[in-house]
Amino acid sequence: MRNRHAVVYWTGFAVIVVLLAIAPLVLPEFWRRFLTEILIWGLLAMSSDILIGYTGLVSFGHSAFFGLGMYGAAAALISFRPPSLWLALPYGLVAAAAVAAFVAYFSTRLRDIYFAITTLIFSQIFYVVIFTWTELTGGENGLTFSRPPLAIPGLFSVPFTTTTLHWFVLAVVVISYLILRRVTQSPFGMVLQSIRENEARTRAIGYPTERYKIVAVMLSGLFAGLAGVLYAIQNRFAAPDFVFFLVSGEVVIFNVIGGIGTLVGPIVGAAFYLLLREGLSRFLTEFYLIPVGIIFIAMVIFMPQGLLGFARRWLNR
Amino acid sequence: MELLHAIPFDELLIQTINGIVTGMILALVASGLTLIFGIMDVVNFAHGELFMLGAYVGVVTLTATGSFWLALVAATLLIALLGAVLHLTTLRPLLGRDPLTTILATFGISLVLQNYALWQFGPVARKIAEPFTGHFNLFYIEYPWYRLLIALLSAGIITALWLFLKFGTYGIWTRATTQDRVMAQAMGIPVPWVLTAVFAIGSGMAAASGVLFGPLVGVNHAMGVDWVLKAFIVVVVGGMGNLGGSILAAIFISLLEAYASLWVSPAQAVIVSFVVLILTLLFRPTGLFVPTPK
Repeated sequence: MRNRHAVVYWTGFAVIVVLLAIAPLVLPEFWRRFLTEILIWGLLAMSSDILIGYTGLVSFGHSAFFGLGMYGAAAALISFRPPSLWLALPYGLVAAAAVAAFVAYFSTRLRDIYFAITTLIFSQIFYVVIFTWTELTGGENGLTFSRPPLAIPGLFSVPFTTTTLHWFVLAVVVISYLILRRVTQSPFGMVLQSIRENEARTRAIGYPTERYKIVAVMLSGLFAGLAGVLYAIQNRFAAPDFVFFLVSGEVVIFNVIGGIGTLVGPIVGAAFYLLLREGLSRFLTEFYLIPVGIIFIAMVIFMPQGLLGFARRWLNR
Repeated sequence: MELLHAIPFDELLIQTINGIVTGMILALVASGLTLIFGIMDVVNFAHGELFMLGAYVGVVTLTATGSFWLALVAATLLIALLGAVLHLTTLRPLLGRDPLTTILATFGISLVLQNYALWQFGPVARKIAEPFTGHFNLFYIEYPWYRLLIALLSAGIITALWLFLKFGTYGIWTRATTQDRVMAQAMGIPVPWVLTAVFAIGSGMAAASGVLFGPLVGVNHAMGVDWVLKAFIVVVVGGMGNLGGSILAAIFISLLEAYASLWVSPAQAVIVSFVVLILTLLFRPTGLFVPTPK
């Protein structure tokens, strides 16, 4: 029985990955980019699911990790000639991880609502710093840079096309998914879930819950930073708007829409949200957030398990 | 010492007055927020939007009737009503669920309200005229009386709230609901309606502060965001759900920001309040102005 479940799971996984891999070959240019963007936002949402879904901490500070990943990559791409992908990645990751360590140290002392507010305010600190430190960050205008080539040093170096960029992003997202899935199933992930269920009892058993939570926030921030690096490479700019807390809010929306605690759900949520935005903004311009907000509120009230949980229940019926 | 000598005494005094005035408005916003949090366990992300919508209702009533005081009353009542409706439609179904879901719901409300304001009133900032334009001389500047009046009015509203909670029959209902919801219900207090009323009162207070503050900066659809963030900081620093602590924290933080803006730009002065928040979380996570828990 268990074995059959695994077979079904891996077959489904392979089919979806293959579909995503051949999609850019058949889709028109606009939708190719759009799909890549969905994957990047999906990765960001998935990283936040580690906190929301598995540890029970709602983070309103993921924009800081995402943004710092972006600016870290920007720093590497601007200061080194020629720009290198393999410098942008570690720069972005180190920047995001440093910020995540800082935020984690303070915010994990608090629980529930307090954690949400603290992470929100931390992301605003970084927003203000980035927004006002014009000499370094370009202030309101942000930074623009050129895209690095897809290269393995000493082997080959080709410029990214929309399709190869999509494949690169897909590979990173799939690997991240597998790592995060493994983490959530590991003993470490089990401790996180038991913190979500009952933190006092977990501490009483003897787990240093504060340390677990710090590691969880850092892990989550690291993958959020990775999403930031990918976004910087795709769009060739870094802007303070992405550090603003509304981005964190969107990430939380992705999670709730898709279904928390599922890793895949947030990606589905991101896709649903971005498609909805694309469809609505055709005739509502920037006011698309009014219907999106109403849908979001309705889902919080009536469909707390999200699209994925809803679909699962519907299939099992 | 070098730094202190560079700042003349009169500027320091002006910033002190500025800080107290801003602090009182912030206290009004934050006390609505802390009321809603302390009594209902709801973190109201939409509080800044209620503040902003209140200011807009003020603008509209003021252009229609020409009376600032009428605008203040109309905005307070209308937004209180809106708050009651919002509570009935979105927050009451979430009663008894994880408090975190209320954050999500109020965040959704704030998105809707903010974009509604943008749609309805456009991106250009509106101005509210001061109800009277008198000045008095304070060293080299003419300081508007209106600012002092704001501080007094805010203090008056907060005092009225405190008196209501302390002595009013419904105030006692409210405090009973805070202490023990189930017991309050058993004593015949209509708990869900108390919660709706509290949300309405908090919304009305936010709207009143929006109208009062409108003449100082102008009204636009994004003004709520800054305020709700500051109010959150105040509420955390003052101790969640602690009315007196919030007021002290509001004045304390506004004073610090006012002094900081002597050296750096106001945009960077915000960082001071962030630092206060971090230090508070580090050394007194329950809040600066509450007795040490035993």
